[in-house]
Amino acid sequence: MSSKSGTDPNVRRTPAVSATGSDTSRLLQTEGLTKQFGGLTAIDGVDFGVDEGELRCLIGPNGAGKSTLLKLITGRLKATSGRIYYDSVDVTDLDPHERVREGIGMKFQVPSVFESLTAFENVRLPVQRVVDGDPTERIVETLERVGLAPERDMLASDLSHGQQQRLEIGMAAALSPDLLMLDEPVAGLSIEERAEVADLVTRLNDRGITFVVIEHDIDFVDRIADEVTVLHQGDIFREGPIEEIRADDEVRRIYLGGQ
Amino acid sequence: MSGASNGLLGLFDRLCEPFNGSNTIGNSRAFWVGAVVALAITFAYPLFVSAYQAGNTALFLLYGLLALSLSVVWGYAGVLSFGQVVFFGFAGYTFGIVSINLGSTLGTTLAIPVAVLVATAVAGLLGYFMFYGNVSGVFVAIITLVVTLVMQTFMAQTAGDKWTIGEVPLGGFNGMPGIPNLAVGVEGAALTFSGDTFYWLVLSTLVVVYFGLRVLVNSRFGYAMVAVREDEDRVEMLGYDIRKVKLGVFTLGGALAGFSGVLYASWGNYIDPSVYSLTFATMPVVWVTVGGRESLLGGLVATVAIEWFRQQLSVTGSEWAMVVVGVLLLTIVLALPEGIIPYVHRKAVGVLQQRGFVDPDRPATATEEAAE
Repeated sequence: MSSKSGTDPNVRRTPAVSATGSDTSRLLQTEGLTKQFGGLTAIDGVDFGVDEGELRCLIGPNGAGKSTLLKLITGRLKATSGRIYYDSVDVTDLDPHERVREGIGMKFQVPSVFESLTAFENVRLPVQRVVDGDPTERIVETLERVGLAPERDMLASDLSHGQQQRLEIGMAAALSPDLLMLDEPVAGLSIEERAEVADLVTRLNDRGITFVVIEHDIDFVDRIADEVTVLHQGDIFREGPIEEIRADDEVRRIYLGGQ
Repeated sequence: MSGASNGLLGLFDRLCEPFNGSNTIGNSRAFWVGAVVALAITFAYPLFVSAYQAGNTALFLLYGLLALSLSVVWGYAGVLSFGQVVFFGFAGYTFGIVSINLGSTLGTTLAIPVAVLVATAVAGLLGYFMFYGNVSGVFVAIITLVVTLVMQTFMAQTAGDKWTIGEVPLGGFNGMPGIPNLAVGVEGAALTFSGDTFYWLVLSTLVVVYFGLRVLVNSRFGYAMVAVREDEDRVEMLGYDIRKVKLGVFTLGGALAGFSGVLYASWGNYIDPSVYSLTFATMPVVWVTVGGRESLLGGLVATVAIEWFRQQLSVTGSEWAMVVVGVLLLTIVLALPEGIIPYVHRKAVGVLQQRGFVDPDRPATATEEAAE
């Protein structure tokens, strides 16, 4: 059970009975998840599971299906077959915004903050949806948490790339998701900015948010991840602690482009 | 702004406060003083011209309402609709059918909400199929345009006896004459609007709608709307149902366009299928583009200016009006894509900032809330 529904006695959920007997007590579990684009199978029967409180990194060569898997989990793409269980509930047929309301948050690869709005107004968007009454306090709190309190009245278009990434993570986190998925949060960032994002992600993880992070930068992965899942040709190739994955010759081989 | 809450000026600022926000331009005291002056002049206008002239000008104002309907749908929610005239026409025809059939002042009064309701329902239905069918972007423009042209073709062939609703023939190309003036009340105790009274009615409606929309676009829903315009996928990931947001705005736009259609039908006591023509369907898009999509005021001002200008050219016998409007549209799209009013506003703010004012037109609410 996630922290959110665990603390709310009004939310009682009936655990879904899994057809193949996968462990649906995990926070997120996919079962035989498959996505075909015409003749191309981008995701091929994936059973991907994440426990509550984990900080999981998802790596793999280009075209491995990482982003597709994330989009399937958030509902941006509809699965060809297979099921997705979140918090013991079958969410396969839910719309994206309904999954967000269940507690799945997502940050896209390209920073897509609202450029014509200030940092404050950007954060206001998610906050006003979940807070009744004056959202100001919660907005300020969120800005402080991502270290953007001094930039609150700056237009998002005037923020640096790294600040935009943090703002966007803050916006996703402001919804108090149980699971937050980040697609390449440090792509194109400087070393200092990477460190800031890494700090932010670890801090949020310590506060109880479960993470799934797609990332190419193996040093960044090393810094934040507990467990790593390697995706290759639409299926899970390896799964384990980062040290193990780093030492794995097969993983190294697929990354270098071998088949 | 509310920091200077002393005396009359403070009261004035507090009165303006609910209509301010970062989704509208014109949030400063200077703007509101100007607005009050402009309102006073426009309300006094019929006192200085003939009732005929006032009634004539009312046409431009009721078009302004049509422009506002597109401004909120397209400018704020990012849904480009060529179909505002569909709702305009549906309401106009419905108003005619109901009021003529009932043939009484009370009937005319009843026809108003019925007509607006029909337009709203049509917009809701069309919007439902489009947005819940995941139609977006340019395809919304295409579908709404096609619906407009289908309506024109359909209404144009409604000549003859079999196209009669109650006692009212739809009239095909010849249209539907004999639509009564707008009236509210029952026989003996009714207000009938024509000439200058009609002008005041339309102007009051416009003011109420304009202020209402300012509140709306600066509300939570308004922020959601603007966010949908900027990035649908993003806002969906913040947990908003974008289909619901778009449907809500689109339906509201239908209601406003519908009310404008009622005013139109009663203004000329007549409606015909030309309200569904390509030319007329394009006009709201032209008004709003020229005036400034993302500004309610822009669409309003541009509508009145363009329509006045068109009429001036037409009455002098010139057939160049539409050509000039076309050139104006192209010029604006190429040179001032944001539209005239936002451009003027930006320049004015720029000049003030150079003289040491700190973004004088940014609503002060955000920073003050934090200070409290």
